[in-house]
Amino acid sequence: MRRVLEGSHAVSHAVELARVKVISAYPITPQTHIVERLAELVADGVLDARFIRVESEHSAMAAVIGAASAGARSFTASSSHGLALMHEMLHWAAGARLPIVMAEVNRAMGPGWNIWADQTDSLSQRDTGWMQLYCEDVQEVLDTILIAYKLAERVSLPAMVVLDAFFLSHTYEPVEVPDQDEVDAFLPAWEPTEILDPSDPRAFNQLASPEYYMEFRYKIQQAMEEALRAHDEIDAEFGQRFGRSYGAVRRIPCREGERAPLALVTTGSVTGTARVAQATLREKGTDVDVVKLKLFRPFPHEEVRRVLGPYERVVVLDRNISFGSGGIFAGEIRAALAGLDRRPRVYPFVAGLGGRDITPQTIESIVARALGDEPPADILWEGLKL
Amino acid sequence: MKPVFVRPQSLTDKPFHFCPGCHHGVIHRLVAEAIDRFGVRERTIAAASVGCSVFLYDYFDIDVVESPHGRAPAVATGIKRTNPDKFVFIYQGDGDLAAIGTAEIIHAANRGENLTVVFVNNTVYGMTGGQMAPTTLLGQPTTTSPYGREFGQDGYPIKMTEMLAQLEGVGFAARVAVDTPARLAQARKAVFRAFETQLEEKGMGFVEILSSCPTNWGMKPLEAVRRIEREMIPYFPLGVYKERKGSDAL
Ligand SMILES: Cc1ncc(C[n+]2csc(CCOP(=O)(O)OP(=O)(O)O)c2C)c(N)n1
Repeated sequence: MRRVLEGSHAVSHAVELARVKVISAYPITPQTHIVERLAELVADGVLDARFIRVESEHSAMAAVIGAASAGARSFTASSSHGLALMHEMLHWAAGARLPIVMAEVNRAMGPGWNIWADQTDSLSQRDTGWMQLYCEDVQEVLDTILIAYKLAERVSLPAMVVLDAFFLSHTYEPVEVPDQDEVDAFLPAWEPTEILDPSDPRAFNQLASPEYYMEFRYKIQQAMEEALRAHDEIDAEFGQRFGRSYGAVRRIPCREGERAPLALVTTGSVTGTARVAQATLREKGTDVDVVKLKLFRPFPHEEVRRVLGPYERVVVLDRNISFGSGGIFAGEIRAALAGLDRRPRVYPFVAGLGGRDITPQTIESIVARALGDEPPADILWEGLKL
Repeated sequence: MKPVFVRPQSLTDKPFHFCPGCHHGVIHRLVAEAIDRFGVRERTIAAASVGCSVFLYDYFDIDVVESPHGRAPAVATGIKRTNPDKFVFIYQGDGDLAAIGTAEIIHAANRGENLTVVFVNNTVYGMTGGQMAPTTLLGQPTTTSPYGREFGQDGYPIKMTEMLAQLEGVGFAARVAVDTPARLAQARKAVFRAFETQLEEKGMGFVEILSSCPTNWGMKPLEAVRRIEREMIPYFPLGVYKERKGSDAL
């Protein structure tokens, strides 16, 4: 059924379609609409689940860890400082191999306080063992929640579905909402193998001495590598069933069958803006291929090399910063490309921090700088007011 | 002409951003009156919280440090221990103090930190859009409990003043309201006592102030004020719960 949905509500309805059993959350702007709608769905009996209102995000994540350990498909949502407060528990969920799914609304970290879009919150969690999937539009948000559950349960790792503050969380778009029976066929009930069950008592999350610890970590890494393959498979199956698939890395060429001299790598809702800029630039005589990166953990090294390797120049647009290093996506992409004999020149642009607009003009300016005589640098700032 | 009503010196002339009928503005004024009354403006530092009072720094003509959600008692502890001669107060909502920051307030109180605490209880998370708080009354609908709070799911509303009054480190603990002129006068007295407790080095001075939130309660300002007397005071009784007297220093 086609409906006009707010990005946040697309998350809520996907959670409903996934027949989630336990939800726990603490409110934070701009995540609130997700959990408010879920609270209504549960209170109205539309969604047969427990909604646990807790005193903090740390407890919310701990509660869904408990719920998932007891065998329930579980969900939470957060943003920014809320996600940061969960940090300890994020490691715990991944180490315990629980397929929890979280919607994470990208919002800037304080101080100074800022509630607007910025990816530094989720990217700061990259080493926790959570998979991370970035979404471009509201439809992709809904679809990715369903894909994330299937993926998480396949490889026994938690997954974060990431959407931009306001640009996605508070924007209404027409969305194809799949039928429940179709979703049930794609995403059957979770059948966990290791759960808390007093009839078969075991110890969970016990001490792992130096003798065992490393192998546990190796297995998480293996699961991440498996997740790369599993993601593509599940994404393809989703495509067959629902007519939409996204890929881990997707090239959006300026001209079909041709390669432009420059590739522009984007994530999140900026990809939509880049599509507009691409069309304008083409009219003005500049060809740019857009490369949309959806999967950040596991990082699709191979695919990134395959797609970006042949370009002369690659611009990476980061709405985030790792202080003392630079744009985080650019850092990862440069590391992936480092293994190639012939490498594109990478232009690592940082723009739009704390929700400052990234407009088609911003992108045109960045492209002009990369095609002009911008000297190579480890970080390039766009739109800085000094 | 003799002035009959003036703005406390410790308030700036910036107009409050609060919704019509919200009590944060009145409570800001009471705190400013206390700063003026004890003449501590030049040595006062506030640790503000996250919530509708997040813009405290705009309204008070003093040093203000914003603290992460719930952490004001810990931040203020660091400030006061560094500068024992400064007057340090914190101003927190019920989400900040009674949900995410419960550990910080209990342990600051238990350590007997010489701080003044202004706790504004409006029974919801105001700033984020009126979700259920630990202080939400039974049956009260919120954006995360559309049919009202149920004790089977969410327990009973938490009574922070009663809890904290049990702790030896607390020198003064009271609950007040500002819904009528008479109660406003009592509230002023309680805020003053919470200030004196710090000045006399008698441990934590804690005042809980029942406050309205017409926007998130879905009420007109007058109805919201009436709700305080009708629903909040019966569950959250007003009064002084603890007062350490004259010579019994901490
Ligand atoms: C770690 C973290 N989680 C959540 C939030 C979002 N948040 C901001 S204010 C607030 C609640 C405010 O409610 P309260 O303390 O009762 O103050 P009021 O706004 O009602 O005055 C919340 C949950 C945050 N800023 N940081």
